[in-house]
Amino acid sequence: MTDWIDIGALQAVPRRGARCVNTPNGRIAVFRTAEDQVFALENRCPHRGGPLAEGIVHGASVTCPLHSWVFDLATGQAQGADEGSVRTFPIRVEDGRILIAPDVLMQVAAE
Amino acid sequence: MREKLVIVGNGMAPGRMLEHLFEADPDRYAVTIFNAEPRVNYNRLMLSPVLSGEKRYEEIITHGDDWYAANGVTLHKASPVSLIDRTARRVVSANGIVADYDRLVVATGSTPFIPPVPGHQLAGVVTYRDLDDVEKMLSMPPGSRIVVIGGGLLGLEAAAGLRMRGMEVTVLHLSPTLMERQLDPAAGYLLEKAFTERGIRILTRANTKAILGVERVEGVELEDGTRIASDMVVMAVGIRPATGLAKAAGLAVNRGIVVDDQLRTDDPHVFALGECAEHRGMCYGLVAPLYEMAQVLAGTLLGQEAAYHGSVTSTKLKVTGIDLFSAGDFGEGEDREEIVLRDATAGVYKRLVLKDDRIIGAVLYGETADGPWFFDMLRKGTDTRPMRDTLIFGQAYQGGAPLDPMAAVAALPDDAEICGCNGVCKGRITGTITAKGLADLDGVRAHTKASASCGSCTHLVEQLLHLTLGDAYNPAAVKPMCGCTEYGHGDVRRLIVAKGLKSIPAVMQELEWKTSCGCAKCRPALNYYLVSEWPGEYEDDGQSRFINERVHANIQKDGTYSVVPRMWGGVTNPRELRAIADVADKFAIPTIKVTGGQRIDLLGVKKEDLPAVWADLNAAGMVSGAAYAKGLRTVKTCVGSDWCRFGTQDSTGLGIRLEKFMWGAWTPAKVKLAVSGCPRNCAEATCKDIGVVCVDSGYDIHFAGAAGLDIKGTELLCHADTEDEALEIIVALTQLYREQGHYLERIYKWARRVGTDSIRAAIVDDRMKRKHYFERFAHSQTFAQVDPWQERVNGKDAHEFAAMAEFGLPVAAE
Repeated sequence: MTDWIDIGALQAVPRRGARCVNTPNGRIAVFRTAEDQVFALENRCPHRGGPLAEGIVHGASVTCPLHSWVFDLATGQAQGADEGSVRTFPIRVEDGRILIAPDVLMQVAAE
Repeated sequence: MREKLVIVGNGMAPGRMLEHLFEADPDRYAVTIFNAEPRVNYNRLMLSPVLSGEKRYEEIITHGDDWYAANGVTLHKASPVSLIDRTARRVVSANGIVADYDRLVVATGSTPFIPPVPGHQLAGVVTYRDLDDVEKMLSMPPGSRIVVIGGGLLGLEAAAGLRMRGMEVTVLHLSPTLMERQLDPAAGYLLEKAFTERGIRILTRANTKAILGVERVEGVELEDGTRIASDMVVMAVGIRPATGLAKAAGLAVNRGIVVDDQLRTDDPHVFALGECAEHRGMCYGLVAPLYEMAQVLAGTLLGQEAAYHGSVTSTKLKVTGIDLFSAGDFGEGEDREEIVLRDATAGVYKRLVLKDDRIIGAVLYGETADGPWFFDMLRKGTDTRPMRDTLIFGQAYQGGAPLDPMAAVAALPDDAEICGCNGVCKGRITGTITAKGLADLDGVRAHTKASASCGSCTHLVEQLLHLTLGDAYNPAAVKPMCGCTEYGHGDVRRLIVAKGLKSIPAVMQELEWKTSCGCAKCRPALNYYLVSEWPGEYEDDGQSRFINERVHANIQKDGTYSVVPRMWGGVTNPRELRAIADVADKFAIPTIKVTGGQRIDLLGVKKEDLPAVWADLNAAGMVSGAAYAKGLRTVKTCVGSDWCRFGTQDSTGLGIRLEKFMWGAWTPAKVKLAVSGCPRNCAEATCKDIGVVCVDSGYDIHFAGAAGLDIKGTELLCHADTEDEALEIIVALTQLYREQGHYLERIYKWARRVGTDSIRAAIVDDRMKRKHYFERFAHSQTFAQVDPWQERVNGKDAHEFAAMAEFGLPVAAE
């Protein structure tokens, strides 16, 4: 087991907001809720490819900025009448630092 | 010659009586009214919402000056009558006005009863009866300690309103439970609890001994020695019919002025109407009986057979968030049975009192939708045996009907009363909707008066609209903002002001949001309402703005952005054009396009390049064009008198002046302006949110146009003689829209909702109001006119424009 990868401080992501982690094959959106929960999702809406990190974060959901699809940050599932899902990645917070699983970068890269 | 009808008093009862009279025969009487108050007629039932801040005085006027003029009524304001000379058939007012009458209607109403305890005449002791009283209460700063004496309907509404204004309120009530005349002790307890939870202190069994103070009120002392510090005392222990004038004139008076079934006093030329009248030993203080009397008296005055037989009354408490209904008699007795339903968790209490299987009393707390149904059965003496087992659950549970929320209203008979205040039955409402082709609540209110007084039957009227019109009914006015709340946009806006809410969490807490953090629909709306209401105080919440307004550029389908700098009035110069060309080269911006709003759009800019692009544009003197904003977008102009052989005024100059004055302002939805230099209208001003068409004599100001999803020509608002006047009008209009518009509602939709007449009244007819709106806009601009690009070039929100971490392939492989 390799160590989890430190991608930055929790404070670097605004509450009810998101920031991106760039990888060679795509972007991961890192979300932080009002209650400091942290989630990582592929930064791409399955509908028309909207950048989810730019959406409004409410509760543990995000609304896509392009056509207002809503996704559950924990499961990546589209909510309401829309059907589709976004990939989610393991992520955790330790001592105020955000860590992602080491194989995440490989997973993204492998696609 | 027309007969002379003189009315003493200008309250709701005579107002209603005259409506009936004029409807039947507008020419029969020459009417003169003496009003002790210095104003027109307004809806006294709505004083509580004015006190709490949920409504303004202008909204509760029932008969404005124009109504008196249109009906040829002579209204003497601030003219209390001091003498009735029955021999000469003449009245004289305190300010010396004399009027002869053929028929006289005494409608002096009632006066608040002030217990003669020591100190009751101190400054700071007020009653709760008219607008002057409300203004006195509102003159106290928030945080003032106010004691309300009397825990009846009036006292509790006053207490709730004052609390919403941020006062420290204590209610003193003589009986062991609140509103004991309308409520049984159980409901009184629930009510007390609800008030206590609002931070209102309730003291029952509290007998006031004295009001303390030297010149002004300083406190209240109770019989048991308790002392309560206080800055103001509101007396709400009860009302008494105002009979002094009638008594002095020698008319028969008991508790009220004695009238027969035709509302006639013992003088055949003199009638009494409303709260001052006593009919079969009863005096009434609620509006429904007074309106019934008004109708009968109108008939009598027209020589028709009309008779008043007394009224059974029901009561609703008008405090937002507390649902309470009571009707009839609910004392206990051997010949009576009762049915009680309680749900402690939901705070619901329902009690029906039956005698001989017929409802004689009903108390509903927490859930009052079935009130009209029970009240209808009470009035008709309906035999309840067939539904006895399920009666208490309400109408929807009868006869195995499904739990359709509309079923209850659908099942009501046509003669069931819907609006208690105005005595309007279901059949009248549905019939009028069909006959007049009504489509909304305002229409029903205008034509039938249903829900136009206290408003508590609004929901029922809406259901009737829905039933009658089916899907054609679009209840836009009451649609909740989103799934997070039951409140509509209008209610939320009003409550933000009334409760002084200054942050999104405060709004969500106080208005009981159903989600912890809102959603993408309500958060941007709330953020706008707070920005608009509290300029300089509220800190903008970027995370509640759509991406475009958060990063001050327009997101495109591929996740890149477009950048549009301001080009004031559509005028540019070589320096700006060079800077735009240079920036396009430097950042390899793929598309440059001229927009419909007379400026230049740079499309396909990468998000991380935005601050650098802006820095270069700033350096050439350009600022954000706000092409992404629910705010002022463009002011389109033609070249006007500077160049054009037809130009009548400097349209370009005015356009630039408007844009420089108004840029940076947030609005409910985008706002686009245009100024044309002559009626040929090359700037297409007549399909804009606000447009100016210059003419030789000045400026025609248009508004409420649309050229998007809907196509709509503007309406002419007014004419301005000078450029300064045009600017003031346009700015004031925009501010009115900023304060009233629902989020994402364009000006033309706002105008359709509130009515162009109300907009004209505020902006054109009333110079003071116009100035007031203009100044509020100007004040707000002192905080809004900061270039957001410059701020971000200087480092604001830097996290927006950079990735949090970068991983290349080699790194990932390590």
